[in-house]
Amino acid sequence: MSANSIWEYANPKKFIQTTDRVLPWISVLAVVSLVVGLIWGFFFTPDDYRQGSTVKIIYLHVPSALMAINAWLMMLVASLVWIVRRHHVSALAARAAAPVGAMMTVIALATGAIWGQPMWGTWWAWDPRLTSFLILFLFYLGYIALWEAIENDDTAADLTSILCLVGSVFALLSRYAVNFWNQGLHQGASLSLDKEENVADVFYYPLLVCIAGFVLLFIALVFLRTQTEIRARRMRALLARERMG
Amino acid sequence: MIALLIRDLRLAMRAGGGFGLGLAFFLIVVTLVPFGVGPQSELLARIASGILWLGALLACLLSLDRIFALDWEDGSLDLLATAPLPMEAVVSVKALAHWLTTGLPLVLSTPLFGLLLSLPQAGYGPLVLSLMLGTPALSVIGTFGAALTVGLKRGGLLLSLLVLPLYVPTLIFGAEMARRGAEGLTYSTPLLMLAGITCGTIALLPFASAAVLKVNLR
Repeated sequence: MSANSIWEYANPKKFIQTTDRVLPWISVLAVVSLVVGLIWGFFFTPDDYRQGSTVKIIYLHVPSALMAINAWLMMLVASLVWIVRRHHVSALAARAAAPVGAMMTVIALATGAIWGQPMWGTWWAWDPRLTSFLILFLFYLGYIALWEAIENDDTAADLTSILCLVGSVFALLSRYAVNFWNQGLHQGASLSLDKEENVADVFYYPLLVCIAGFVLLFIALVFLRTQTEIRARRMRALLARERMG
Repeated sequence: MIALLIRDLRLAMRAGGGFGLGLAFFLIVVTLVPFGVGPQSELLARIASGILWLGALLACLLSLDRIFALDWEDGSLDLLATAPLPMEAVVSVKALAHWLTTGLPLVLSTPLFGLLLSLPQAGYGPLVLSLMLGTPALSVIGTFGAALTVGLKRGGLLLSLLVLPLYVPTLIFGAEMARRGAEGLTYSTPLLMLAGITCGTIALLPFASAAVLKVNLR
């Protein structure tokens, strides 16, 4: 294996060393961009001419929704790495990301409900996007529950990673099935790479800062939780050895 | 393979095998619904196809943990794993046996239950057809869930939590097809989607189930 390969970080020791070094930076950056983005968004952007000040919930809603999906994608990649190359750090990272992703889903659903109450006149509607987020949340719950239920770590990692693969296919299927099932209230994407669909520039830049903040926050949390998992496992191994000796 | 299928069917038919429990459960659900929503036949007619689909799905779910649990306890699953038959085939046969003992009776009895819920005349054909197409997918997906939780002591609740989200697409297209049929609309789109899901799960999911089962037998 070459010295600069990314697989170097599959070594738990190396992983902890590196993440220890970058974690403070990432955390500080996450806090700074969240503070800047949210303050900029909440106090220095105009109210929308139709939605009034409720539009500002977008700074929490869009980034958390984005991260809810990306967290699952990250778990999917980590699960694949575990299945193919069997690096423990990867399995632990997937495990560490799941509760964070589930929390992001909850934030997206909750902020959406808070925004929907004055705007659509209802906390909840069986709109395709809302429904598929609820289903995504159920997938997260099942994934976490399976991790918790199995005692042997390697078995749990194997089973959950296969569940993650199968679940991804079904989550995608559900997304389109739900689209077919009911027409939506939810507006189109707030962001897209081709600029046609974007929100206006005044909202766009603070939103980007907030998204960066959420991404960094997610990375910091996953690093931290993965480290905790590695250390907890090491501790268990040490305790077991002590009992033996 | 055929020997295994016959063995599984025979075990299910005999006393304590749970054959017919799914049907009884289905009957109870259908009986309870009018108590919950009221006996007006217009209302029942509107929700009948959805209720029947939900009932079939839940009846299917309840019998899932039986697929592997008994074989796991008495060790015959280990024997099957060491047999020359590939694991994928074992899993497929298990799913087929589950469908024959749970799904098929449900499908065949739905016309009767439709009568109880005053399902409109036009709805019978599409409902039975959609269940006929959809229940195999439920069995195959359920086998995957059962394989995931086979080693666990109290896996029942976890099994539902894992399997129910996977049932969403099948339920959506199946119920949609039955509803459209009952309202006299064309239902070829959901029919094709449902058939696609069933074919896809039958073709691909046994590989995942077999992999999971191998991990659990390690």
